[in-house]
Amino acid sequence: MASRKPATNQPASFQWSEENAKWCETQVAKFPDGRQASAVIPMLWRAQKQEGWISIPAMETIAKQLDMPYIRVYEVATFYTMFNLAPVGEFFVQLCGTTPCMLRGAEELKEVCREKIGPEMAINGKLSWLEVECLGACCNAPMAQINDYYYEDLTPENFGAILDKLQAGEHVEPGTQNPNRHTSDPEGENTTLTDESLYDGSMARPIDKLPNSEPAKTE
Amino acid sequence: MSDTRTIKVNGKEIDVDPALTLLQACEVAGEEIPRFCYHERLSVAGNCRMCLIEVAGGPPKPVASCAQNVKDLRPGPDGAPPELFTNTPMVKKAREGVMEFLLINHPLDCPICDQGGECDLQDQAVAYGRDDSRFAENKRAVEEKYMGPLIKTIMTRCIQCTRCVRFATEIAGVDDLGLVNRGENAEITTYLEKAVESELTGNLIDVCPVGALTSKPYAFTARPWELRKTETIDVMDAVGSNIRVDSRGREVMRILPRLHADVNEEWIADKSRFIWDGLKNQRLDRPYVRVDGKLKPASWEEAFKAAADKINATDPSKVAALAGDLVSVEAIKGLKDLMGLIGTPHTDCRQDGAHIGVNADGSRAERSSYLFNSTIAGLEEADAILIVGANPRWEAPLVNARIRKKWLNDLSVDVAVIGEALDLTYDYTHLGAGPDSLDNLGDFADTLKNAERPAIIVGMGVLTRADAPALLAKLAKLAGDTGVVTDGWNGYNVLHTAASRVGALDLGFLPGEGGKSTAEILAGAESGEIEVVYNLGADELDAAKLKNAFVIYQGHHGDAGAHAADVIFPAAAYTEQNGMYVNLEGRVQMANRAYFPFGDAREDWAILRAFSERLGKVLPYDDLFALRQAVIADAPVLAGIDAAVEPTSVDLSKLGSDGSVDSAPFLSPVADYFQTNPIARASKTMAECSATVVKKPLLAAE
Ligand code: SF4
Ligand code: FES
Ligand code: FES
Repeated sequence: MASRKPATNQPASFQWSEENAKWCETQVAKFPDGRQASAVIPMLWRAQKQEGWISIPAMETIAKQLDMPYIRVYEVATFYTMFNLAPVGEFFVQLCGTTPCMLRGAEELKEVCREKIGPEMAINGKLSWLEVECLGACCNAPMAQINDYYYEDLTPENFGAILDKLQAGEHVEPGTQNPNRHTSDPEGENTTLTDESLYDGSMARPIDKLPNSEPAKTE
Repeated sequence: MSDTRTIKVNGKEIDVDPALTLLQACEVAGEEIPRFCYHERLSVAGNCRMCLIEVAGGPPKPVASCAQNVKDLRPGPDGAPPELFTNTPMVKKAREGVMEFLLINHPLDCPICDQGGECDLQDQAVAYGRDDSRFAENKRAVEEKYMGPLIKTIMTRCIQCTRCVRFATEIAGVDDLGLVNRGENAEITTYLEKAVESELTGNLIDVCPVGALTSKPYAFTARPWELRKTETIDVMDAVGSNIRVDSRGREVMRILPRLHADVNEEWIADKSRFIWDGLKNQRLDRPYVRVDGKLKPASWEEAFKAAADKINATDPSKVAALAGDLVSVEAIKGLKDLMGLIGTPHTDCRQDGAHIGVNADGSRAERSSYLFNSTIAGLEEADAILIVGANPRWEAPLVNARIRKKWLNDLSVDVAVIGEALDLTYDYTHLGAGPDSLDNLGDFADTLKNAERPAIIVGMGVLTRADAPALLAKLAKLAGDTGVVTDGWNGYNVLHTAASRVGALDLGFLPGEGGKSTAEILAGAESGEIEVVYNLGADELDAAKLKNAFVIYQGHHGDAGAHAADVIFPAAAYTEQNGMYVNLEGRVQMANRAYFPFGDAREDWAILRAFSERLGKVLPYDDLFALRQAVIADAPVLAGIDAAVEPTSVDLSKLGSDGSVDSAPFLSPVADYFQTNPIARASKTMAECSATVVKKPLLAAE
């Protein structure tokens, strides 16, 4: 993981958009008095949605809103690697490098990123990238998350093409990039759970008595 | 909670309070448990895992003993007492494992580490660790962090126990420190590497179990085992913190706190801890005599002769004496007796002009009228606290820490302030800036009245004003109306700022019959009514006013007082002589000599004794013991060394007198915490602190 430090160039201030300011109020209102600090993660998240990353002024604004010391917000923002402490590209590629993806070729994908984008966290046009830990889509390894969507079953070729298209401002359909696959189903025909009788009801047996259906015994 | 619970520790049965943690229970049983993150006075974090023990019948894994209470133990079969083990193979293996993990990312740079020789990690690695590590990868490294002029950081050594974070947040009350990032990248830092803005930062060095936070001024100067350790008393404020002075030869290498649960617990303020370089600079190490307007080095004989000739040639009623803030009880007694023998009533120990120690009718006030009667520890029993004209954070940081402790542990306590609205590290109601608010407390009047143990803290910001008697009368009335003084509780507290003050008041070093007070002595010196002033270390006054008089200055630093002097008697500083000090609660404590004074400087009492002989008016004591007996004969309360102060009542009707009140706001006498006395002003460290902490907010006025 790249070292996480706040960006050296920080904006002078942070301003919630009108809509987000209202949204924050609804979040704070969820928690009892004196416990507003609980809204810190949703608010940080919203700030990141608004700006693409979380600046120091944003943290300080949130800290003041929630009556928290700056350092406490800073601790939270640095703890969760999903919070970007420095600006990211319009398309932020989070490439999984954990074991299953690594075994399925994530190393080559990193090479593609380095070639097409540059070093980690450097912004090149519309793109920037970062290696992350398992994103929970190992069944379609290797994969990457680009902004809010997963792009799965990547190869150096199709991944390179995706990056090129995004750079050019074109739309790419998220999901598996393997034309022979549907979501996380196996490639080609299903190989397990193929027995028809599983689905026609013939395996079902009548139930005599529902469990726990009798009234509780009283002594 | 009187009921106890029986448990077995290593087969030994003991009864313990169920609220104790397993770690404490094992300690009660006499078993030592290694630990890093657990600290008695901080909240429990349970993150170092060094305190693992085995609990029979519990989960089949080691248990962090600092994070479980005795009451949560399950009894054994048939209600047999739960059993704990600290010496089983499982515990041994667990400790070795934890230690090996801790050392994985530790640089093992003990030979160049200032903590070496007094490092918990070093000691516990030897006692509980394996002999080698199986870790062959690269270690991580962490960049140093800036934490201000007093704390040096070598963050690679940090073991993430978070004691420092908890100390700063809980005790010091500044949310400056935090643990950022996570996992292998976790680091301790101040917010954006700002200096820690507290007057208790030095304690971070003590709580850090490893060499991650060390003392910047002490860096690379000494090893703990080569220092001579002297237990003594601090004089930087009136709290009387218990300290240990570590010296090598005639040099103080560092100052550390000593445990005294009723005074400073185990903390000391930064001024007390980092003052030591001031003890080396600007010292008066030989006598001086003013010849042709210039101070010239002289021998003791010449200095004594010049002073004695002048005093003998002067009418006693034109001689006056002043005592400063850092001098011991013995020195004041010596000076008092000397002035008695000379026959002058013009003596005063209140160089700030505080209206204290004397009643409106001129008689000596009772002792409880100038003490911090509730005692410092007693503040923890108070349930409503009103602070008037004081900034306890700077005037007595450890009193402030007590108030904070109370405030933190007890949600029901109410604190209110009349005076400057400063950040005191706890929430308070600001009732107003000046005396007018005394008449209009609003809801807080009821709070005080309904409180069982209300306390009022009166600062020097009240007592040094010209209208202090009238203010005192108001405060006395308020105290009377709200039950501040009742049977068994006296919440009338005076917050002193001078270490020598209470002792001097106990001895009655005050204007005698027809005697002049400090202000009158200074005015007299200007007008010629006073011709000779014996100045025993008083530097906080307007020394320019003394220029017409013949001034004998006895002290240790070339500060304001010495510049105005005609004869200088070089004296020992507080670390260089034995002496008694009475703290603001009236607690008598002994300061001990850590090393001998510089050059020709001598102990205060010895100078006075020798001088009295040259004057032909010999003081009747030949050694410190005889002098102390004279002190006790004069003020019997001073006989009880470190005796807890009994709550005595105070006659509120005698406090102050009627008069008109000026509505100007209260101002704390301590404008710059780091520059309050000649030693501090001679210290480069203190000057640096002052520049970073005090002056900065003025420049960056938001
Ligand atoms: S700096 Fe010291 S006290 Fe703070 S977490 Fe690290 S080891 Fe613990
Ligand atoms: S390892 Fe890549 S998604 Fe799980
Ligand atoms: S002392 Fe118990 S976990 Fe650190």
